[in-house]
Amino acid sequence: MITKSRLQIPRPSARPGDEPDFSYLDLSPAGSIDKPQIGARTRDIEFLSSGLVRVLDEDFTAKGPWDPNLDPTQLQVALRWMMLTRALDDRMWQIQRQGRISFYMQSRGEEAVSIAQGMALRSGDMCFPSYRNQGLYLYRGVKLVDMMCQCLSNTRDMCKGRQLPIMYHSKAGNVFSISGNLATQFPQAVGWAMASAIKGEDHIAASWVGDGSTAEADFHYALTFAAVYQAPVILNVVNNQWAISTFQGTAGGQRRPFAARGLGLGIPGIRVDGNDLLAVYAVTLWAADRARRGGGPTLIEHVTYRGGAHSTSDDPSKYRPKDEWEAFPLGDPVERLKQHLIVEGHWSEAKHEKLAEQLKADVHAAWREAQKYGTMTEGPFLDPATMFEDVYDEMSAHLESQRRRMLEVLSEN
Amino acid sequence: MNMIEAIRSAHDVMMDRDPTVIVLGQDVGYFGGVFRCTDGLQRKYGEHRVIDAPIAEGGIVAAALGMGVNGLRPVAEIQFADYIYPSFDQIVSELARLRYRSCGEFFSPVTIRTPCGGGIRGGQTHSQSPEGIFTHVSGIKTVMPSNPYDAKGLLISAIESDDPVVFFEPKRIYNGPFDGDPEKPGVSWASHPKGEVPEGYYTVPLGSAEIALPGEELTIVTYGTLVHVAIAAARETGVDCEVIDVRTMAPLDVKTLADSVKKTGRCLIAHEATRFGGYGAELAATLQKECFYQLEAPIGRVAGWDTPYPHAFEWQYFPGLKRLSAGIHRVMEAE
Repeated sequence: MITKSRLQIPRPSARPGDEPDFSYLDLSPAGSIDKPQIGARTRDIEFLSSGLVRVLDEDFTAKGPWDPNLDPTQLQVALRWMMLTRALDDRMWQIQRQGRISFYMQSRGEEAVSIAQGMALRSGDMCFPSYRNQGLYLYRGVKLVDMMCQCLSNTRDMCKGRQLPIMYHSKAGNVFSISGNLATQFPQAVGWAMASAIKGEDHIAASWVGDGSTAEADFHYALTFAAVYQAPVILNVVNNQWAISTFQGTAGGQRRPFAARGLGLGIPGIRVDGNDLLAVYAVTLWAADRARRGGGPTLIEHVTYRGGAHSTSDDPSKYRPKDEWEAFPLGDPVERLKQHLIVEGHWSEAKHEKLAEQLKADVHAAWREAQKYGTMTEGPFLDPATMFEDVYDEMSAHLESQRRRMLEVLSEN
Repeated sequence: MNMIEAIRSAHDVMMDRDPTVIVLGQDVGYFGGVFRCTDGLQRKYGEHRVIDAPIAEGGIVAAALGMGVNGLRPVAEIQFADYIYPSFDQIVSELARLRYRSCGEFFSPVTIRTPCGGGIRGGQTHSQSPEGIFTHVSGIKTVMPSNPYDAKGLLISAIESDDPVVFFEPKRIYNGPFDGDPEKPGVSWASHPKGEVPEGYYTVPLGSAEIALPGEELTIVTYGTLVHVAIAAARETGVDCEVIDVRTMAPLDVKTLADSVKKTGRCLIAHEATRFGGYGAELAATLQKECFYQLEAPIGRVAGWDTPYPHAFEWQYFPGLKRLSAGIHRVMEAE
């Protein structure tokens, strides 16, 4: 019996030098969680927010009611997109380390989330991603070279040098612009979804935040608006266990899963194995169907692990065990899908190796092309006068005069 | 029309013309707004176009932003400007910069309406004038009308603008012009020329100031409620003042202001918001640069004291007739 008030200071299960310890993660065997009808009432499906929906078993076979029965070609395509994402990340990380771009963020270990959800959504559905959803941009048609040019802030940069690397946008692909401020996109996605319903369209919206950002007010605005108006939206929490150096308990994930955050508002939550492409695809399709048929929002928690550093400015060896990812019980999403395809007889180590080499070559070729549009040190360079554009729809008189002044100053050099 | 009716009429005209215009905010729907600015709109346009929102200003602006990206033209009401701060990040980091950061691929034409200013016994949480906080942010336009005619015309321009606009409504003059003397009986807009408001569509362009009172000896640059106080102070002092109603704080119509100050050689800036670091400082800096060689005296400023707006001392705080008249004399006597 506690006799005095006291603070609990949340502490992760392991710090540098400790044995990795994931005993805190509640796991369910693959295939053990029921798949309810999409019309089910939230109160009847609360089990989805505490269990863990998994399809791929330890032996890499697909099990249970959530198996989406994707055909082998679709799975090979999914594997390719995940591998391409990782190949891009690997190369760009290396390029940043060589000082050739200022900053980078990789999605190592979380590739299944973007690719599976990209596949499960329709092209008219609008995505409001976080900064670790580069797979979505790739899947929705942004070329490698354009991703790289953005990171280079060069003459082909979609952001014209205005944004930090990785803050992409794609109007054509229906993927929103990355802000840099966390969780702001979450309630924006709900507004987009509300507009879709107001206009009588059947497009839905989806958004992503990390476990850490669930603490932001914007997360709660999003849940409230989504619940109140039953907006057709999928709200995703990518729980990769770490928000820079603070573990998911610091955002309040220790007592109830993030998937349960919506239950008080009547939003169904699904806790899914985020490293299981089949499971993520299946729960996304379920939530999308539900939203499209007027069933309202779903909150999906993807249990995954941030396989790399937070960003190129981060050093995780200072705050977590070096071998923690290797010990993560849900493994590596790329490896798991690969093994599934092999077990099913639709893939081989040799094919995998060949594809990896080909993607690596594609990435290298794209990097060679990207540099033609300028690098940080060598031209061609962006015209700095463009910095005054797009502040307003039309350039105001005072910006026009500042632009002239800047050009005068530059011409004096 | 009074200003409330003019604002309501602007909504009505735009909702009728453009099916993408929708309204959301606290109490704006069934009830028609705590100041009645959206009264009757939900009955006329339905619950999908006039939406009662939860008490979550950040959520209101964020949802409006998302709706704007999806082809709607949202008008969001923040019930009091004092309550706008929870939405500050969504306005400053998101709404204002979306076009910029996506190089024009994405934008959201949101208008945020919010009643501001004191003189209604609102205390420190229902009286603020935070316009200067928003004029400092590139990517948004800031507007404050001083009369019903301008309110309707400017609001229609704001709704039609593809840029986000923060539209401040000085609530002390919703029902009638106010000369700064709370002891006098209230005056209605009925007898004021700017209370003549056409029923249909018209615009007052954003970025244009107006000469509210022509004069030759001193220019008073002001906006909102203080336009009327400045006119009263001009009459009381007998100084031949030219009162300029800024109307749009950003983008600023520098030419109208500077032309007047070059003509009179003297300038007094007045706003209800606190003085230090306020919008008046930007006006003063701009006008001294534009008009330095024509100025015959230092530019004066009259503003709210640099304290929160105190409930019991509202009229000691409010930059009323006495302070404006004293300000006029100060600038006239300075050499």
